[in-house]
Amino acid sequence: MTREEVLCDLRKKFKDDIVEIIEKHSKRIYIEIKPESLVKMASYIFKDLKARFNTASGVDVRYHVEILYHFLIEDINLLVSLRVKLQKPKLEIASLSPIFKGANWIEREIHEILGINFKDHPDLRRLLLADDWPDGVYPLRRDYKEWDKNAIRDRGV
Amino acid sequence: MGKTIIPIGPYHPLQEEPEFFKLSVEGEKVVDIDVQIGYNHRGIEKLSEMKSFDQSTFVIERICGICSTSHPFAYTRAVEDIIPIEVPERAKYIRTIIAEGERIHSHLLWLGLAGHFLGYNTVYMWVWKLREEILDVMEIITGNRNNYAMFKPGGVRRDIKSEDIPVVIKKMDSIVPTLEMLKKAVIDDPILHARTKGIGILSKEDAINYCALGPTARASGVARDVRKDSPYGAYDKVEWDMIVTHNGDVFDKVVVRVLEVFESVKIIKNCFLNLPGGEIDANIMDIPSGEGIGNIEAPRGECFHYVRSDGTNRPVRHKVRAPTFMNLPTCKATVVGESISDATIILASIDPCYCCTERMTAIRNIRGKKILSGEDLVKLSREKTEILRNRMGVK
Repeated sequence: MTREEVLCDLRKKFKDDIVEIIEKHSKRIYIEIKPESLVKMASYIFKDLKARFNTASGVDVRYHVEILYHFLIEDINLLVSLRVKLQKPKLEIASLSPIFKGANWIEREIHEILGINFKDHPDLRRLLLADDWPDGVYPLRRDYKEWDKNAIRDRGV
Repeated sequence: MGKTIIPIGPYHPLQEEPEFFKLSVEGEKVVDIDVQIGYNHRGIEKLSEMKSFDQSTFVIERICGICSTSHPFAYTRAVEDIIPIEVPERAKYIRTIIAEGERIHSHLLWLGLAGHFLGYNTVYMWVWKLREEILDVMEIITGNRNNYAMFKPGGVRRDIKSEDIPVVIKKMDSIVPTLEMLKKAVIDDPILHARTKGIGILSKEDAINYCALGPTARASGVARDVRKDSPYGAYDKVEWDMIVTHNGDVFDKVVVRVLEVFESVKIIKNCFLNLPGGEIDANIMDIPSGEGIGNIEAPRGECFHYVRSDGTNRPVRHKVRAPTFMNLPTCKATVVGESISDATIILASIDPCYCCTERMTAIRNIRGKKILSGEDLVKLSREKTEILRNRMGVK
């Protein structure tokens, strides 16, 4: 399968799920999808297109939180990023860990630093933050205010 | 028989870095394992958002001492992907040389430690002596033994002097016979076979399911290497082979790493012989708004960086995913069912790097806890030294 065939295939199969496709350049494609279609599309890309799951990255953009799921289709050197926008305050999305185990840890990380609830995740414990970190405080949210002011001054920003 | 829980870590003589493994054993057999990380968590992703794109390169370099090139390499490629821009040819070759030098010293470091874990300390001594030679080469090329500070978005900071090239090529040639000797000592050793063959097997299906990377995946027969899959730097311009083995046990992981060192020596020599002239820097002035992804093959597998810019001089989001983050969970598939004496080498066989895996934290002042400044810590340290001096009668 070539790059064009993959794109055609995705466009045809997931006509109602795709919101927007941005072709950045020949090696990168960003596809914005509806949150409820994530599991369907991710498992198609992982299992049928034989892609490798790189990782997911979450960004807080004030009114919504974006999660990008990056997949590399190794045979054709194409990095497909599925973009999901979750409107605040209902930050919830289906977990990908039941499909492939590689998503387990990254979902735990996003859960603790951005406060996103992954439905059906087998083990949503803390991964990186300390045990005495208070519940409901998410360090990578834009409204995170627990900074030590002196420390910011010392960084010389 | 009842289950017993054996804790390994967070601080343990066999570990170089803090991590916690909870092994559930029945008799001598491991029946379950739980990994807890987070002891090395420093806040680098958040910190990077407060630095300019240029400053971030230096912060990222300090994620890990061993992968001190992989992270800046992936980061600069992510920043270049935002624009997008191609770096000059000469810079690509220089980057490749440094990345491969790092792969050699990282693989040798692991091989030494693996020998040490198995009680084969001769290998440990030999290998680490050989590793010094590589570090000398890196010092000639970059000026530093580690943390080379050579990368910047758009190119490299310093050029390689033409008079250094013959010296380096001679040095690279001189380490090959020692490497050959080591290869025989490790791969043909009956005791090593007895300790590592057939244990800790990661099947091909599991490697794909856990999205394992680097030598961990290649030892299980998954031909996965970013250098071949999505070539960057000079990897598509020089001759080299991807090493893939099929058993997935600890021995195969050793073999993959030892043979990869030879390939890296080949790549470095080829790069030096074909080094093109010209500029080393594309002189990026502004980073537009947008997002970029950079992935490179670090010694342990793919290192992945995602950078988002909003048009200012600082990244809005900088995500770092180190290879161990994907490789470490595979221990659930490899350690369970093995005997407890083999657990340490199986856990070490993925070449774990915890300071890469854990990057992020934030300082807070909650629940009325006192936060100590740098000066306070120095004061505390001095007081403690004074107490110890008095106690021991040292003036």
